[in-house]
Amino acid sequence: MIKFIETVGRGLIRFVEEFGLVMFLFLAAVVWALRPPWRVRAIFKQMEFVGVNSLLVVILTGIFTGGVLAFQAYHGFRLFSAESLVGSTVALAMTRELGPVLTSLMVTGRAGSAMAAELGTMRVTEQIDALYSMATNPIKYLVVPRIIAGILMLPLLTIIADFVGIIGGYLVGVGLLKINSGIYVAKMIQIVELDDILNGLIKSACFGLILSLVGCYKGFYTRGGAQGVGKATTQAVVVASVSILVCDYFLTAAMF
Amino acid sequence: MICLAFCYRRRLSGPKNIVLMVTIQLIGIHKSFNDQKVLDGVNLDIEAGKITVIIGQSGGGKSILLKHMIGLVRPDKGQVLVEGMDISRLNDRKLNEIRKNFGMLFQEAALFDSMTVGENVAFPLNEHTRLTRSQIRQAVHQKLLQVGLRDVVDKMPSELSGGMRKRVGLARAMALDPRIILFDEPTTGLDPITADAIDRLIVDTQKLTKATCVAISHDIASTFKIAHTVAMLYQGKIIAVGTPEEVRASEHPALQQFIQGKAEGPIMDYYVLDM
Repeated sequence: MIKFIETVGRGLIRFVEEFGLVMFLFLAAVVWALRPPWRVRAIFKQMEFVGVNSLLVVILTGIFTGGVLAFQAYHGFRLFSAESLVGSTVALAMTRELGPVLTSLMVTGRAGSAMAAELGTMRVTEQIDALYSMATNPIKYLVVPRIIAGILMLPLLTIIADFVGIIGGYLVGVGLLKINSGIYVAKMIQIVELDDILNGLIKSACFGLILSLVGCYKGFYTRGGAQGVGKATTQAVVVASVSILVCDYFLTAAMF
Repeated sequence: MICLAFCYRRRLSGPKNIVLMVTIQLIGIHKSFNDQKVLDGVNLDIEAGKITVIIGQSGGGKSILLKHMIGLVRPDKGQVLVEGMDISRLNDRKLNEIRKNFGMLFQEAALFDSMTVGENVAFPLNEHTRLTRSQIRQAVHQKLLQVGLRDVVDKMPSELSGGMRKRVGLARAMALDPRIILFDEPTTGLDPITADAIDRLIVDTQKLTKATCVAISHDIASTFKIAHTVAMLYQGKIIAVGTPEEVRASEHPALQQFIQGKAEGPIMDYYVLDM
């Protein structure tokens, strides 16, 4: 019994410790982000990496998610002849939930893991120490551009995911399931409000912060060679994904 | 003023003051990691304009000691004085100002693998000077020539051999014409010929720039080739400091064992089986 409490306690202490360190990195990043010179080029490079290069993955995810949603909703709604609501259901689900969450999870797998691996490798090969030794703060040089890119690009990717998701739903609903096109679109416009879309975008910005912060944190404090880098990468994806889902619940509860 | 900064006044035991030409002073440095003592009260003065080599066992805390000098590691206890200023208590911004006087060559050169050789050497210049692009290109070319490299500007670090990577690392460390250059195991992992070439490069660089050089090494041959002063780190303390001749003549058993490279002696990191 005591052993059990010990294990739980140790886990809890570790959690609080790590959370503190993440927040510490975040604060340091905020402070360094406000200090000139601003590294516009580095930020654009990261925006390209996080955003532009994730485009294909996000589009594929969005379009098929929208499509499958339309399928499933149709099956349910047909039971009480409410097929006309399929369009609005797909659009609501995409803009409020699936757009932000699935985009963030995909980008976590693509970019969050790469951040952890890249910074981790730089740590174990002393490149981060080299930055310090050349009087360049690695948090400003490496972490700040990645976090800014995460916060800026995730909402943009989410807009695209929302859009192609709705298209995917339309293609399946109108094209395959033969729902009347006019009704499909009219109901969608009638029910979905701007707030649904905006709140989704706010959420996605938060998720962008989470995935880039966790990726950078895990990479920045990597220890122990190649194995350490592997561990950091895995942990970055797991921790960021779970945090995004947990955070999603609370943000949704607070906003809607 | 500069003279004052260079000649740090140090109070030794007794009433008289002695003025020494030191740029870096380590005073009572203690450092532990996870309850394991690595440095246990290191006292060492690094003379200005000389090459000091710190020798000691692998894993004996030499790298950590070197990293204290540039503020990459902060001591648990003790002071690191660089030209009289205690850098162990400075905040990041002030520390960065101090670091502009330093160049450091890392063990595996630590070149940025996402950049070309030219971009690596240009990095400190881009960061800290207002030189134009063509001036920077010229400076990079000159620094690379100084370390004996030509036609490598557009190569990636992964395309270079270990010795060449170290040369590039040194060119990058020298980019801002630092007054202090730190070398983390400059010859480790190199073949004897390349190692000798790097040793020569260190000596020539020091002659050229008159910089204060600190190297850590466990390579005895290389140490005696380049050092003006040799210090030995053993069990977290500096047990001997002196010219290469003095160190060779020392009778300290651990030091002698290390210089002669014997497995038996006071330094043991293995167990002997009772047969």
